[in-house]
Amino acid sequence: MISTLGRFTMALALGIALYGAIVSILGARRRKPALIESGRGAVFAVFGLATFAVLLMEAALVGRDFSIQYVARNASLGTPLLYTVIAMWGALEGSILLWIWILAFMSLLAVVIEGKRNREAMPYATGVLLSISAFFLFLAAFPANPFTAIFPPPADGRGPNPLLQNHPLMAIHPPCLYAGYVGWSVPYAFAMAALMTGRLGEEWIRTVRRWSIVAWGFLTVGVILGGWWSYEVLGWGGYWAWDPVENASLLPWLTGTAFLHSIMIQERRKMLKVWNLALIITTFALTIFGTFLTRSGILSSVHAFSESTIGPLFLAFIGVILLVSFGFLVYRSDGLKAEGDLDSLVSRETAFLMNNLLLLGFAFAVLLGTLFPLISEAVRGVKVSVGEPFFNKVNVPIGLVLIFLMAIGPLIAWRRASLDSLRRNFSLPLLLAFLGTGVSSILGVRGLYPLLAFSLAMFAAATVIQEFARGVRARRQISGEGYLTALSNLTRRSRRRYGGLIVHLGVVLVVIGITASTVFRLEKEVSLKRGESMHLGRYQVRFDDLTAWQEAHRFVVQGTFTVLNANRQVAEMRPSKRFYPSEQQPIGTVDVRSTPREDLYLILSSFTQDGASATLKVLIRPLVMWIWIGGAVMALGALVAIWPDRRVLAAEPVKERVAWQPGRS
Amino acid sequence: MTKKSKLLLGAIIVAAALGYLIYGGIREAAVYYITPTELKEKGASAADQSFRLGGMVVPGSLEWEPQTIQLTFRLTDGKQEIAVRHTGSPPDLFKEGAGAIVEGRYANGNLFVANTILAKHSEEYRPPQAGQAQAKDMYRTLMKPPEERR
Repeated sequence: MISTLGRFTMALALGIALYGAIVSILGARRRKPALIESGRGAVFAVFGLATFAVLLMEAALVGRDFSIQYVARNASLGTPLLYTVIAMWGALEGSILLWIWILAFMSLLAVVIEGKRNREAMPYATGVLLSISAFFLFLAAFPANPFTAIFPPPADGRGPNPLLQNHPLMAIHPPCLYAGYVGWSVPYAFAMAALMTGRLGEEWIRTVRRWSIVAWGFLTVGVILGGWWSYEVLGWGGYWAWDPVENASLLPWLTGTAFLHSIMIQERRKMLKVWNLALIITTFALTIFGTFLTRSGILSSVHAFSESTIGPLFLAFIGVILLVSFGFLVYRSDGLKAEGDLDSLVSRETAFLMNNLLLLGFAFAVLLGTLFPLISEAVRGVKVSVGEPFFNKVNVPIGLVLIFLMAIGPLIAWRRASLDSLRRNFSLPLLLAFLGTGVSSILGVRGLYPLLAFSLAMFAAATVIQEFARGVRARRQISGEGYLTALSNLTRRSRRRYGGLIVHLGVVLVVIGITASTVFRLEKEVSLKRGESMHLGRYQVRFDDLTAWQEAHRFVVQGTFTVLNANRQVAEMRPSKRFYPSEQQPIGTVDVRSTPREDLYLILSSFTQDGASATLKVLIRPLVMWIWIGGAVMALGALVAIWPDRRVLAAEPVKERVAWQPGRS
Repeated sequence: MTKKSKLLLGAIIVAAALGYLIYGGIREAAVYYITPTELKEKGASAADQSFRLGGMVVPGSLEWEPQTIQLTFRLTDGKQEIAVRHTGSPPDLFKEGAGAIVEGRYANGNLFVANTILAKHSEEYRPPQAGQAQAKDMYRTLMKPPEERR
């Protein structure tokens, strides 16, 4: 019943999306309002059908309808309700369904919000969005249909992959990441609309900047949550391994970040028109490429994803996107001449150009490193991989220069920065940076990169705080407002600028967290008998007990360890191993004690069958928590930047240009 | 020199620096995928290179010494076997008869010293096979009455 209804829904939605894509573009070209209206209706219909399909799938999962193959594979009678509900994005077919729904929802929002202001571009953008929907609906209707039935239905399902039912972060990490991927479809659609209509001015940029920040914000949160999940679940004590799946999510983030910065140059100085179009096309293509990498199985990854036959389809789709998009770009190249020119090399334009160049270099290095086994095999016939050392060696220096640019970019003047303004804006932060270097050196930081990382982080943080402080002081002098009122009014008056500065502060926190947790990490692995203890850092860890029990859907072996600091008990920690019936191997579950100062991370590596001794791996990773906090601050900054103004939206472009005075003091 | 050409020059310098970084990074971090047979052929000449050695863990060869945290086993590709030593616990998905990839160096032409073990994992589930001991049987000795749980 559900199977038939679901398959019918997918097929119907595919038909409507194809129809809508065609009539939208046809209607726009022939100026037939009835066709355009019909295309708009298709967006609503696809959203309705996608919502219905998601509800159907959830009904099947929660109702444990094992006659649906997806349910039989990813749910079981013993699986708790939360993990049954989120099993929808635990495997390929359900993920594609979620992707379709998010895309349908974003398309709907785009049509509703942007329709009135972009009468000419909207039908083309609708056509592009519906075409993307049609591709994913095709996957869901045919090769990766989530509603495929099996007969006879099994009595019980296999349940989700144990790694995916071990932590509640699984409930939000994939949807955030997908929203981050899918979100770039809207800016891409308007960029394509600009190319199709030939209106290549700054209108499309103004339309997409909020959408880009939304997509960027979701992608940021998705990437950081992915690191957090890896840290809490995979049990190796790290959060980033330069794994292909992780890199796939970082690539569009890097090019998307470059895009967010370079569109400011076009808005302000009417330069970089081709560059911005190329960047958004690349970013969108990379979101699809990321899905291809994770789903095709062409690269081995520690992440558990199934190999499937849809890989070639993704590759073909990427090919079509690149061909059509860059084809249009070449076709329209006459209309894309820069109207502005560079005035001075010491200017915000130069800082942003460098930022773009480095972000793209970073992305290129990540892409090259990820695909290196394939490339070397194709070119030289030997399979060579480059692991973590490559990424660290190449990307750490690039990252450090990027932090430097991040600090000076928002404060340096457009067009031409005077020596005086440079001195006024940067002397205090520079002083603080040197002080910070001295302090971290005294605290025991050694090595060029760690010292540079801390001092640049200090430099960037100081510029942001100085900027806020100056703004608040200026407001207080004029209006006599209190500190907090002045701060909130200041931020409200130019949200994009101050939102961006908040994001930069978040990046600083992430950089500090990554550097400290890498440089000062301590690690020790020992076997302990009951009652024995080991020492690491300021902690003493005592092995107290080992217990085991059977739960509804798994068998658990858990160690109990008492953690002492200067002979005072600070915690009791219980790392465990969980045995799922569907897997022959246990899944380790770490116990982490997080404090702002440092994380204590316990892994139960192994134990003897009588429970008399256990092998324990203990890690101390300082300041890890600040990576997650930094991620939250970045998301907050993005939220501030996109928060709608209470005043009329139409007046916005003029007003924001005035607000974009650099380095005001 | 115009500003534009200065800028172009700057961009070229940055791009060249990036290229150099990437080239150096690849040279330094390249890890060769190799099979036990290929590694045997190289012998002692392979001493100063990093490898990723892939193969199956030979059943019966796995030894785990908890007190010193030493893990030794042999990897095979069906033709040749290589002895591997690793300091640390076996990863959760690591077992005899299953595939594994180890990363490290081939010391003295007879022992592979691994610094990382990557056990192969897949999303596909196999139902527990007949004759295979259930986890709960294996660890029955650890079972305690429910009231002693957390």
